[in-house]
Amino acid sequence: MSLNELWFLLIAVLFVGFFFLEGFDFGVGMETQILAKNDTERRILINSIGPFWDANEVWLITGAGAMFAAFPHWYATLFSGFYIPFVFALLALIARGVAFEFRGKRDSKAWQKTWDVCIFFGSFLPPFLLAVVFASFIKGLPIDKDMQMYAGFFDIVNAYTVVAGITVVLLCLVHGLMFTTLRTLGDLQERARKLAQKLLIPLAALLVAFVVMTYTMTDIFDKRGTLLWIVVVLGAAAYLLAGYFMTKKKDGYAFGMTGAVMALSVASIFIGLFPRVMISSLDQAFNLTITNAASGQYSLKVMTIVALTLLPFVLGYQIWSYFIFHKRVHEKEHLEY
Amino acid sequence: MDTVLLSRIQFASTTIFHYFFVPVSIGLALIIAIMETMYVRKGNEEYKRMAQFWGKLFLINFAVGVVTGILQEFQFGMNWSDYSRFVGDVFGAPLAIEALLAFFLESTFIGIWIFGWDKVSKRIHLLSIWLVAFGTMLSAFWILLANSFMQHPVGFQISNGRAEMNDIFALITNGQLLVEFPHTVLAAYATGAFLVTGISAYKLLKKQDVAFFRKSFEIAAIVGVISSFGVAVAGHAQAQYLVETQPMKMAASEALWGESGDPAPWTVFANIDVKNQTNSNEVQVPYLLSFLSYSKFSGDVKGMLELQKEYEAAYGPGDYIPPVKTTFWSFRIMVAAGTLMMLFGVYAIYLMWRKKMDRPNTWFMRFMFWGLLLPPIANTAGWIMTEIGRQPWTVFGLMTTEDSVSPNITSGQVLFSVISFTAIYAILGAVLVGLFVKVIKKGPYAMDNEHGESHDPYNKEG
Repeated sequence: MSLNELWFLLIAVLFVGFFFLEGFDFGVGMETQILAKNDTERRILINSIGPFWDANEVWLITGAGAMFAAFPHWYATLFSGFYIPFVFALLALIARGVAFEFRGKRDSKAWQKTWDVCIFFGSFLPPFLLAVVFASFIKGLPIDKDMQMYAGFFDIVNAYTVVAGITVVLLCLVHGLMFTTLRTLGDLQERARKLAQKLLIPLAALLVAFVVMTYTMTDIFDKRGTLLWIVVVLGAAAYLLAGYFMTKKKDGYAFGMTGAVMALSVASIFIGLFPRVMISSLDQAFNLTITNAASGQYSLKVMTIVALTLLPFVLGYQIWSYFIFHKRVHEKEHLEY
Repeated sequence: MDTVLLSRIQFASTTIFHYFFVPVSIGLALIIAIMETMYVRKGNEEYKRMAQFWGKLFLINFAVGVVTGILQEFQFGMNWSDYSRFVGDVFGAPLAIEALLAFFLESTFIGIWIFGWDKVSKRIHLLSIWLVAFGTMLSAFWILLANSFMQHPVGFQISNGRAEMNDIFALITNGQLLVEFPHTVLAAYATGAFLVTGISAYKLLKKQDVAFFRKSFEIAAIVGVISSFGVAVAGHAQAQYLVETQPMKMAASEALWGESGDPAPWTVFANIDVKNQTNSNEVQVPYLLSFLSYSKFSGDVKGMLELQKEYEAAYGPGDYIPPVKTTFWSFRIMVAAGTLMMLFGVYAIYLMWRKKMDRPNTWFMRFMFWGLLLPPIANTAGWIMTEIGRQPWTVFGLMTTEDSVSPNITSGQVLFSVISFTAIYAILGAVLVGLFVKVIKKGPYAMDNEHGESHDPYNKEG
């Protein structure tokens, strides 16, 4: 494997990790408006992701940073090309991040409601917008010969990308609900599981629609047919198992399976892209690839050594922190937020 | 307005805002780590309460610092995509390493610190805050490495029409970094320290929780005095490096149009006439500029007019003189604020040494309270001097600001983002100050009831 391929893989892994991890805390953020019946439940939900959400978000920061370092043209074309969507995503992430810290700091209903709105939109908008961006990756975008992207509104917002956006938001919600079944007790846990089961049918419809649209509207099944069909079959299996485990109340396994559906969905985008990183809808020759968008070999080598040295530690202490906070959150204990 | 100007406004305002919080996080993390260390070693609950009280302010501040930092990473690509293309090879790597090495560490262990008071052992809990403190410092190191490259590019070659890294060790040992890092980090420690002494001084004036705040004051004052002197020493080294590597910035920060003469005097005040490229009403201290530049009382410093000719010869025609007034005055504001910090710090230590802290002068404590503003003023002025003084370059000698901007964004888009980010930042700033005041007013002994069962008005609903 060349270093360019390795870095493409690492960036894919970072984004898969991001959607798997922050996926559930986005879901929990949405649950505060959908599932929680009162303020105590809302606080339990927020506290259940309290120790994790910040580190989960760093997966996105690191993914973008790795893009910048390994494929500067990808980073430059992407972020300048999707200027307005990223402004909204950033505003949402900013509001959400401080809302967790701020909402409990004053005993005022209006105050808490304001920040609760921020938590909801902050948890709903970023996965929606990022999914729109990722879907348009494989659909292709107006990128010219200088690697500059000049996208109009409908290049970014169209039936395909919107379906992708809604699918990922719903997937985050179901994934978050399963996380809630793991970290709460009693009535809240019960309701989370039931709601997740209810959402499985619409989610299935969306996933099927997304696969069909991808098949007809993009070239990725032509390019990576076999591998993608394997992913689709694995995704379907994970999805069915998720439903099965939910009915058997095996929450841990069900959480793993909703996460697997998420991971496979994100992975399929990267599989379809490879070896391209941005597809030009104007001319195949203008595509950005892992070769023409990449940093020099020296830079990639340095980054590889750094990443491979650090990753075991990073993964180690993150897993350890999940172990520390594996106990369920309930209203009898100290709630920080 | 064009996209370059708007993007510059956005970058400047979001960076300055972000940098109100970063030094506070770095400084407070260290002070809290020291307090918690004393708790673990001495077993005195009062120190634990200190770590928790100041920790509360730390967390509010940290949250704003983190969220405003996300934007910093994205806007290189959003607004400065041609810059990102040109230097991504060199500049992206430290950013990625910063995330991998520092952000994961901070975010994971801050989670353990906040939620782990009764879930991990005392020592692990203490280790967590030290790792957070260490992480914030690592973060500073890598981001300053990236910034140092912009001030003094090393470890690269130009190939394929862009800067490509060819020596990571040259980047790590960049002379600019070796003076910029200690200067900036020590300034951050001073920022945290003066925040704690300032708030403590306020509470001591009000005679509230006197023992608690006197102890806090003393711990922070020691950190403050050591770091503010360290800042000055590192700053002196930085000035000498500046003369060698960015003489135009040095000349602009002195408003030095022609030759300085030998020995060179330091201008305290001048009425700068940019149009006619002269100054009037100069007040000067003899020998001082020579000393600042070379650590000896002789040697002349080149002026802007001569440097302009040299730069034109080297880089082609153009205006290479940065905004002189801004550079000149921001430097003086920084130095003045830094000098006051050293004086305040020394006097505070004198009070502690003479055991007069139980009845300190009211006027001095008032000064100390307002003194919490000195580090942010100095930090901001210092960065303005560094970044404005580098203009018209983004990467000195390699790429201009004009060439760095994204060609595919419209001024309407940037205007929209400038307005939205300014609005949300203004709200964040106001909320943060409000929450700080609230926490400080409540004091360290009010925390026990908070979030407690009996206190939760919505508890009965469920």
